[in-house]
Amino acid sequence: MKARHKRFGIVIVGLAALGLATFLVLNALKGNLSYFFSPSEVVEGKAPANHLFRLGGLVEAGSLSREEGDLTVRFVVTDLAQRVTVAYSGILPDLFAEGQGVIAQGRMGPDKVFVAEEVLAKHDETYMPPEVAAALKESGKMGERHPGSKPL
Amino acid sequence: MTSRLINWFKFSSPASFYPLARKISLVSTVIAVVLIAVGLYMSFFVAPTDYKQGEGYRIIFVHVPASWMSMFIYVVMAGWAALGLVFNTRLSAMMAQALAPTGAMFAFLSLWTGSFWGKPMWGTWWVWDARITSELILLFLYLGYMALRAAIDDPRRGDRASAILLLVGVVNVPIIYYSVKWWNTLHQGSTIRMNQESTMEETMLLTMLIMTLGFWAYSIAVAMARVRTVILERERSTTWVRELGGGEI
Repeated sequence: MKARHKRFGIVIVGLAALGLATFLVLNALKGNLSYFFSPSEVVEGKAPANHLFRLGGLVEAGSLSREEGDLTVRFVVTDLAQRVTVAYSGILPDLFAEGQGVIAQGRMGPDKVFVAEEVLAKHDETYMPPEVAAALKESGKMGERHPGSKPL
Repeated sequence: MTSRLINWFKFSSPASFYPLARKISLVSTVIAVVLIAVGLYMSFFVAPTDYKQGEGYRIIFVHVPASWMSMFIYVVMAGWAALGLVFNTRLSAMMAQALAPTGAMFAFLSLWTGSFWGKPMWGTWWVWDARITSELILLFLYLGYMALRAAIDDPRRGDRASAILLLVGVVNVPIIYYSVKWWNTLHQGSTIRMNQESTMEETMLLTMLIMTLGFWAYSIAVAMARVRTVILERERSTTWVRELGGGEI
């Protein structure tokens, strides 16, 4: 065995060990690396009860309402399985719309309404010209998310 | 030499690689200028407006190629580091050294354009989600590599120490790539995927690919020009560099 074969072996074994260690660490951290909780997880009680967390999902169509004489907006965030009502008073991002992805940071109120302190828009990985989008909408294929993409 | 297939080991010597690097650098410069000019023109004037993000999405044509390059250059550097450790070739470490500033620049460019894209679309300059944080770690790995090798006076020892850092850091690259798949992130998923159709209109896709190839050519051109100065600097006490005597430089 030449010295360089030995060094090659050390590099390969080292990388394999490192890869395994990383895998184990990431596996142990699993849930903690996620940026937000889905409405289902919130309903199941997986989200922290007494402190700040982020809630992510789609703004349910037709759920947006504004209160009289107040800046507060209310809308429902859904993952198409469960729904959570959100109240927010502040400026919404430009991309915010019904049917759009959204991530809200805040805490759960006693009345099961999520009181948000910050609302961010989440967009998906699809890019196309407006004419194509209109055509897809017409043929009813717009709502179909790509098979490879995760549910929001 | 010319009568047989390429003898790779011939070019592992800095003295014979030095003139070859100049040719590669010149050719790549021309390719880079052409591709980036065409790519930028298409980015601004040919690619259609996006249905949701309007004109703002056009930053993708710099953002995505820059992010890809930042990851790819790191993997290439780690490959050179492994070669250098195994075969003890001086040129391998010089190649890694020459690539580092370009990789760091692309990592920074990726974060910077991402931030400028995030503000109007998501509503924030920065979030600590898995994708963005792991890309920031990549930038720190580049900076750490450059700092480590600069901190060690003996260049050969510096090569070995920084090669190990490069190899350790390579675990971060798949984490960046798959972060949007493994965890919930604010960052959207991948538009271009290896095993399925991409979710992007064709002109947009073509523009992005041209920009990517342009960035490739740019990286090669700059790295080859830089490796020539690294060779001269580190081989300055050899006879062949002395014989150059400022003639060909």
